[in-house]
Amino acid sequence: MTDVKLSDVSGPYFGQYGGRFVPEALISALDELDTEFRKAAEDPEFAAELQRLHREYTGRPSPLTEVPRFAAHAGDARVFLKREDLNHTGSHKINNVLGQALLVKRMGKKRLIAETGAGQHGVATATAAALMDLECVVYMGEEDTRRQALNVARMRLLGAEVVPVKIGSRTLKDAINEALRDWVANVETTHYLLGTVTGPHPFPEMVRQFHRIIGEEAREQILERAGRLPDVVAACVGGGSNALGIFNAFLDDKDVDLCGFEAGGEGIESGRHAARFSGGALGVLHGARSYLLQDDDGQTLPSHSVSAGLDYPSVGPAHAWLHDLGRATYEPVTDDEAMEAFRLLCRTEGIIPAIESAHALAGAMRVGKAAAAQGRTGPDGEPLLILVNLSGRGDKDVATAARWFGLLDQGVASEELERQEGRG
Amino acid sequence: MSAVTEPATGPQTGSSTSDLIARLREQENRPALVGYLPVGYPTVDRSIEALKTLVDHGADIIELGIPYTDPVLDGPVIQAAAQAALDAGARVRDVFRVLRELTDYAPHVPVLVMTYWNLVLKYGPDAFARDLAEAGGAGLITPDLVPDEGADWLAASEAHGLDRVFLVAPSSTADRLRLTVQATRGFVYAASLMGVTGERSEVGSRAEQLVADTRAAGAANVCVGLGISTGAQAAETGRFADGVIVGSALVRPLLSDGPLTDDEWAARLTNLAEVTEDLAAGVRSARANALTDDTSDAAPAGATISGEAP
Ligand SMILES: Cc1ncc(COP(=O)(O)O)c(C=O)c1O
Repeated sequence: MTDVKLSDVSGPYFGQYGGRFVPEALISALDELDTEFRKAAEDPEFAAELQRLHREYTGRPSPLTEVPRFAAHAGDARVFLKREDLNHTGSHKINNVLGQALLVKRMGKKRLIAETGAGQHGVATATAAALMDLECVVYMGEEDTRRQALNVARMRLLGAEVVPVKIGSRTLKDAINEALRDWVANVETTHYLLGTVTGPHPFPEMVRQFHRIIGEEAREQILERAGRLPDVVAACVGGGSNALGIFNAFLDDKDVDLCGFEAGGEGIESGRHAARFSGGALGVLHGARSYLLQDDDGQTLPSHSVSAGLDYPSVGPAHAWLHDLGRATYEPVTDDEAMEAFRLLCRTEGIIPAIESAHALAGAMRVGKAAAAQGRTGPDGEPLLILVNLSGRGDKDVATAARWFGLLDQGVASEELERQEGRG
Repeated sequence: MSAVTEPATGPQTGSSTSDLIARLREQENRPALVGYLPVGYPTVDRSIEALKTLVDHGADIIELGIPYTDPVLDGPVIQAAAQAALDAGARVRDVFRVLRELTDYAPHVPVLVMTYWNLVLKYGPDAFARDLAEAGGAGLITPDLVPDEGADWLAASEAHGLDRVFLVAPSSTADRLRLTVQATRGFVYAASLMGVTGERSEVGSRAEQLVADTRAAGAANVCVGLGISTGAQAAETGRFADGVIVGSALVRPLLSDGPLTDDEWAARLTNLAEVTEDLAAGVRSARANALTDDTSDAAPAGATISGEAP
């Protein structure tokens, strides 16, 4: 038997995690998708077309930016940001969407459905649908349509139908339920363009493959700029796609610490969080076995986060596997810590991050400060090198941040903001 | 259409569900009526009353749903009932109490529990199977567990002598049908259409072919569900299926936005009884007066509409 590198492990299982816990009605579509995905992976034309889109449409490679003024708040570390926020549509989500959309064209399906939390995946899907002349329906929890109202408008501008989901907790999990119900009914004509590394096989593996470019570029860029591999790679973890995308290129470099940061919400003890590795246990949701926030009966617990994109009670099975292997660590970052890092990056570097990505920034600050306190450095006393995946930009979060920091003059606050405040 | 051949496997022994289906087929020339209701809606005690009503008015087999937060194979009616049951404090363990009461009340009626997999995973598949068997349950219907992922459940159900009802769908390939039929005990649940539970004006046009294909894959008993809501639809489906599964149409008469007085609840039960009788009449007329290419058995006298059970 040959040794499979961690970065090449394929589904359906990652250790004891993953699988296909879905209605039988979906199995043949998942098989078809798996077959098409594997055929495409061997096809140089597919790779060339995706590469062309990355370069000419998305604007890849995304830059690597060193942020010294921000790094002053992260111990004595050097901090580099992988700028997925500069991709067309404003986040890493487009990488996966373009890959899957090309597969959809090969499969001859004409209709896309997607779930979205922060709206970034919905926007990316609506964008690809416009580009490739596909019908597009996006399911979004009603609560999220309010806190990410700007992205709802963006999706509609792009020609997508946005369906607010009004049952359950009215967030990402319920949007996925509705998308799955739609898919069961329309699977023969419709592709479910799942937005992260969760769900039934082959999604966790396939979505990782479409995002591995993040880590591959970043690895090359940091070798060129810093002359060595980073000591730490930090990313926020919702479903886990941006984190897996950047981690993947370093999985087999044992000296690189991989640190995922989950939404700690109002704190683990408050019960209002989305920290699956701190408060979750083995369970099945939306087709995969992984860590899950659940009660004693196995009912899914509602998650909470200031960032819609991290507000999900389960996590991609590959992360559960890396966690158990000890190859990556996962820690919660609270709403307060994330918003502080958000503010800091705005003020020190002139970059407004997505609140999701601000969790990774806060994590990097924590790691950098802890290293400084322990006198930990890079090799030969060089400063610690931290690579942060800046998964998205914060335009969509301006209303939330304005409310959080009280930046609106009295009377300027729109009714919408007041309503949101009333809920808060 | 492929010829309906003799089932490759006979009815399994030791399954009260398949024994009952076989008896209805042989002695009454009719399909079974399988009625679904969720545990704990609107309360655990009232759900027991509703289940007894189903039994009293002609359901042959009961499908007992456990409310779950994320029922991806259920439409709005069952979602609403499940959510309300959870809001009212329904717990997974309530299913065992309900089972006990129901099987004491009607020992001749097999009761299958319909549940999403995480609830069983959390309880522990073997412990769940043990407690289910002890409470008189016949087995499980697992809408989001395919046999490929079901090793734990296959072992637990073997150990405790329980039915395993897996689903097949119009999209299932011949290989998938074979695999599912082989793992099944009791009956195969054929989804009449691609979609989730809920009433529909027409029975899925692919149901009959799916039943034929599932039999060709070796199934002894194939029951059809999803979207069946009236006696006429039950009759139409029962022409070719071994059982007709009805859910949303039975839950709907019970739905209400707020708590009901005793009188209001009694009226709901009357309504439920009427719907059940209509469906029971449907399965009894399915082969009695329908044109069928299954000419071997004449309908026994008196098999036409006589919905009321004792
Ligand atoms: C900018 C951004 N980062 C991160 C996430 C979280 O998703 P994932 O963990 O799959 O990267 C989202 C999801 O909406 C997002 O919009």
